[in-house]
Amino acid sequence: MANSSEPADRNSSDDLNQGDEDFNLTAIGGTNLWFDQGFTRLVYFFAAITVAVLFLMSWVISHEALPAIKQFGLGFLWSQDWDTGNQLFGALPYIYGTLVSSAIAILFAVPIGIAVALVTSENFLPPSLRTTLAFVVELIAAIPSVIIGLWAIFVFIPVLEPLQKWLASTFKWIPLFNTEDPSGTNILTAGIILAIMILPTMAAITRDVLMAIPKELRSASMALGGTRWETIFRVLLPAGFSGIVSAAMLALGRALGETMAVTMVIGNSAQISASLLNPGYTIPSVLANEFAEAEPGLHIGALSYLALILFGLTLAVNIGAVLLVKWVGRKNK
Amino acid sequence: MSGYIQSETDESLARELCSPLATERVIFTYTMNAIAFGFTGLALIPLLSILWEIFVRGISGLKSEMFIKAVIDNGFGNAILGTIIMVVIGAILSIPTGVMTGIFLAEFGQTNSIASIVRFISSILTGVPSIVVGVFAYGVIVLVTKGFSAIAGGFALAVIMLPVIILTTEESLKLIPTSQRLASAALGGTRFQTTLRIVVTAAIPGITTGILLAVARAAGETAPLIFTALFSLDWSEGLLSPTASLPVLIFNLYNDPDPQKSQLVWTTSIVLLGLILCVSIISRLVIRQRRLK
Repeated sequence: MANSSEPADRNSSDDLNQGDEDFNLTAIGGTNLWFDQGFTRLVYFFAAITVAVLFLMSWVISHEALPAIKQFGLGFLWSQDWDTGNQLFGALPYIYGTLVSSAIAILFAVPIGIAVALVTSENFLPPSLRTTLAFVVELIAAIPSVIIGLWAIFVFIPVLEPLQKWLASTFKWIPLFNTEDPSGTNILTAGIILAIMILPTMAAITRDVLMAIPKELRSASMALGGTRWETIFRVLLPAGFSGIVSAAMLALGRALGETMAVTMVIGNSAQISASLLNPGYTIPSVLANEFAEAEPGLHIGALSYLALILFGLTLAVNIGAVLLVKWVGRKNK
Repeated sequence: MSGYIQSETDESLARELCSPLATERVIFTYTMNAIAFGFTGLALIPLLSILWEIFVRGISGLKSEMFIKAVIDNGFGNAILGTIIMVVIGAILSIPTGVMTGIFLAEFGQTNSIASIVRFISSILTGVPSIVVGVFAYGVIVLVTKGFSAIAGGFALAVIMLPVIILTTEESLKLIPTSQRLASAALGGTRFQTTLRIVVTAAIPGITTGILLAVARAAGETAPLIFTALFSLDWSEGLLSPTASLPVLIFNLYNDPDPQKSQLVWTTSIVLLGLILCVSIISRLVIRQRRLK
C-alpha cells in the first residue's frame, strides 16, 4: 500500500523542494527499518525459547524415563517394590507420601492463609500495619527450603515430638495416630513444615482476591445490618470462592514439588501406612536422595519416571489453577 | 396493671434497640476476631523462630577467615565462589531470554494469541518443581558432558530464574504509561526505538529488582544442584567439574557428627539467609513503592 502511493508523493515533494532528494518521511528502508525488523525477530526468537524450554523439558525427562516406561509400563504407578539391587521399581509409596503430606499441608495452610489474608485486607488494623504484616508473611517464601529444613530438625521437631508422643499414646485407637513411640520425623511433621512453606502463596493470592472484591458488596451487606464477620462469611468468602480455590491449588502445586525441607523431616522410609506418625517418603525426596548415585539404566530411568509423574501432577494442578483464574477473570468482566 | 406490662415490653424493646447485636452475634464476632488474630500470630511464629535461631546459633562461629577457606578446612569460601559462579551462569542464560520474553508480552502481544500462549507457558514454568528442573538439567548437560559440573548447575538455575524475570519484566513494562509510547511514536520513533530507548529505559529499575529477586531465589535453591553440580569439599577445578554451593553445603553436612562441621552449617545458614533476605527485602520494597506510585 505504501509502495503504490510512494511515486506520487515523491513527485510532489520533488516539486516543492528540489534540493532535498534524500529526505524521506516514510521510513520503509534503511537502517531504522533494518533495526526494527531485526529487533522484532529477536523478541519473537527469545519468546520462542521460553516456550521451547517447557516442551524440551517434557521431552528430555520422558526420554530419560524411557527404559523404565518400557520395562514397567503403567504398572509402575501401583507397584510397591523398590529394590535397587534386583532392579525392581514401583512408585506407589512415593506417590502416597507426596499426596498425603501435601494434603496435610493444605489442611493447615488454607484456614491460616485465609485468616492472614482477612487480617491484612480488611480494616482490622491501620493500613501501615496491615501492609507490613502482609510483607512479613511473604518473607517466609524467600527463606531457602534447606534452611527451613535445618530449623525444623533442630528446633521444631524437639518442640513437636512430645505433642506427637502424647497424640500416639492417647489416641492410639484412631488409625491415623496408631504408632508405637513416634520419632518426630514423620509424615505429619513434613505436612506441617510444608504448610509453613506454602502459607505465603496462599495468603498473598487470597489477599489479592479479597481486595479485588468491589467495595459496594461490603457496603450493601453492612447496610443491611450485617456485622463484619457476617459480611465476610456470607458475602466476601462466597464472592471470592473460586479465587481462593485457585490460590489453594497453586499452593498445592508448591507443596507437591517441595524437596529439601521435606527430605530432611519425613524420615525417608518407603512404606504405606494409615498412621500419620509413621515415617514416609515423597517423590522429590527420593529424587534428591538417590539421583546423584543412581546407576545409569533402569535406576535412573525409574527415578526419571518418578520425576515425570511429579511433573505431570504439578502441571495438572497449576494449569487447573491458571485456567480457573482466567475463567473467573472473564466472568467478573 | 396493663400499663405496667406495657412498660416492661417497652423496656426490653428499648434494650434491644440500644444494643443492636444479639448476644450470640457479639460472641460470634469476638470468637472470629480471636481465631483470625490467633492464626495470624501462628503464621508469624515460624518466621521469627527461624530468624532468631539461625542468628543465635550461627553468629558465634562467624570468622572472617571462613570466607577464604574451603569446606575441608572448615570454611565456606569454595561454596560462596561456587554459588556466585552458578548464579552468574544462570543470569547470563536467563536475563536476555527473560527480559526479551517480557518485552514480547508487554509490547508486542496485548491482543495477539501467540502472546497469550507464551504468557500461559511462563506462568506454568513458575510452578515446575525445582527438582524436576534438576532432572531436566541432568539430561541436557550432565548426560552430554558426562560429568557433574558448574555449567549444569548454572543451567538448572537459569530455568528457575527465567519465569521470575519474565513476569517481573512484563509487570514493570506495563507500569510505563501508554502516553510515553505514543509520544515517542509521534516523534517518529520506530518500534525498536520506542521500546528500547523509552519504555525499557524507564522500566530499568523495575526490571533490575525483578532480576535481583530471581537471583535471590536461585541462590537459595538446593534441589536441582544436588545432582547437577554435586558438591566438592575443596576448591572447584573448573567449570566442568563438581562445584560446591552454600545450600548444598548445608544439606550435605547438617547430619555431620563433627561439632566443627555442624557449627559450619549454622554459620553458612546465617550468611546465606542474610544475603538472600537483604536482596529480596530491598527488591520487594522497591517493587512495592513503584506499584503504589
